[in-house]
Amino acid sequence: MNGKLEATNVCVEYLIARTGERFRALEDVCLTVNEGEFVSFLGPSGCGKTTFLHAIDGLVPVTRGEIRIDDRAITKPGKDRAMVFQSPALLPWRTVMCNVMYGLEIQGAGGQAGKQRVTNLIKLVGLEGFEHRFPNELSGGMQQRANLARALATDPEILLLDEPFANLDEQTREFMQAELLRIWATTHKTAIFVTHNITEAIYLSDRVVVFSARPGHIKKIVTIDLPRPRPLKLKRQVEFLKYEEDIWEMLQEEVAKMGMRAQET
Amino acid sequence: MSPHLSAAPIAQDTLPRVEKQESFFTRFISTRKHILINLTSVLVFFLIWEYIGTSGLINPLFISSPSAIVQSAAQWVQEGSIWNDLYVSGTEFVVGFALAIIVGIPFGILLGWYRTFNYIFEPFVFGLNATPRVALVPLLIIWFGIGLWSKVAIVFLGAFFPLVLNAYAGVRTVDDLLLRAARSFGANDWQIFRTITLPSSVPFVLAGLRVGLGHALIGIVIGELVAATAGIGYEMAIAGATFQTARLFVGILLITIAGVFLTGVIGYIERRFDAWRPQRM
Repeated sequence: MNGKLEATNVCVEYLIARTGERFRALEDVCLTVNEGEFVSFLGPSGCGKTTFLHAIDGLVPVTRGEIRIDDRAITKPGKDRAMVFQSPALLPWRTVMCNVMYGLEIQGAGGQAGKQRVTNLIKLVGLEGFEHRFPNELSGGMQQRANLARALATDPEILLLDEPFANLDEQTREFMQAELLRIWATTHKTAIFVTHNITEAIYLSDRVVVFSARPGHIKKIVTIDLPRPRPLKLKRQVEFLKYEEDIWEMLQEEVAKMGMRAQET
Repeated sequence: MSPHLSAAPIAQDTLPRVEKQESFFTRFISTRKHILINLTSVLVFFLIWEYIGTSGLINPLFISSPSAIVQSAAQWVQEGSIWNDLYVSGTEFVVGFALAIIVGIPFGILLGWYRTFNYIFEPFVFGLNATPRVALVPLLIIWFGIGLWSKVAIVFLGAFFPLVLNAYAGVRTVDDLLLRAARSFGANDWQIFRTITLPSSVPFVLAGLRVGLGHALIGIVIGELVAATAGIGYEMAIAGATFQTARLFVGILLITIAGVFLTGVIGYIERRFDAWRPQRM
């Protein structure tokens, strides 16, 4: 099985065109994610967690350091990774079926085998019967299911999830978390999940990477030692709440720091 | 997780029926309220016009009257020249508008897609677009004569710029998120163009067709008013010069009917894309 990620001393800097300033979004990030592991990046908004995810996908160039997947250095997007975007980013003129097909089509793997694969995935994410709907005819939760199926369709080794449930209502969100774990368990993919929701990070992950802000770096990595499969009611149990409290304390410092800085400027 | 169904139309439809039994007549009126009021207001307008025109309240030379216009139209048909006029004006429109579509849409897309292409043609496109097309009419008549092709050129120029600028805007305003999704799957430039840029510029191109259509119709009339040997606008120029007000109105009505019909056709095409379109434009 593949899908091992190694990031060493990763720095990402942006040039702000208007002022000519260099903005450092990520500083010296080192992280190893093992094959089949579920890891969350947690942190306040603007802490660089999404930037890191996009760097892993190859959408954002790394200024210094290196990201390797199965010992290949990452420079651009590739078949071994697929991204589930925050807002579903489905093509509005394509039906669910054709949207899920999109990645395969781009990578020249459409055809009959692709169609079969897409049909199975649509079933797996629970969109059976909605294959011929357009995205604007689906609820937010269903759009995210299609988004997830589209990413899984290209059979990546690493699944990158960029706050996919951030725009969903609380009930749908919880339900989708459980769904994601169910789907992840059947596909055995390495998963990296960006969120600013502590409960979500703990519930989903084997490890939670807590980010610290400006420039973003890893503050702490918390191993979540809770058995799987995890029912939703696990969130009410003492062990879970203990994790929640610990991580909350960590984040509180970061949020306070960000708040102070926001007031300065 | 329920499918996205809107409950509103069902509620509206069932509630009044539960409240009381309506007579057939009331139902007939209420379901067709919109179109009935439309028709009534137009009818009232024509009646008032007829009254003012025939009673001498205002000199009929200025406003004619609906009955006189109908008579005049009948006479124009009897003369037989109307068919030739429609044919001439129609040909000018179809050839000019078709050329504008064939050239304008690809040109606008190239302008939006290739930076260098844009830098080369930008000054001409924006300069010419700012030039009132009427100002070019005398020049076009010198170049193309008073026959078909000067009018084709005027129609073409009228429709060309809205088509170019809208196609250009369509290519330039692609959702950044979709581009990122495409890149994330490793799409190359050509794939991005084909699967993201082209489809997402369709609503813009259709809006361009709508605006271009209006300009094309203006082009026919202006071209024929200035210099022509046949056509609806040509007949209107003569009717105007000889104070045949009713005939002038027939010409105006013909152009209006053509405009309404063709706008309807474009509206129909637009609705076919409404299934996926996020917002109506």
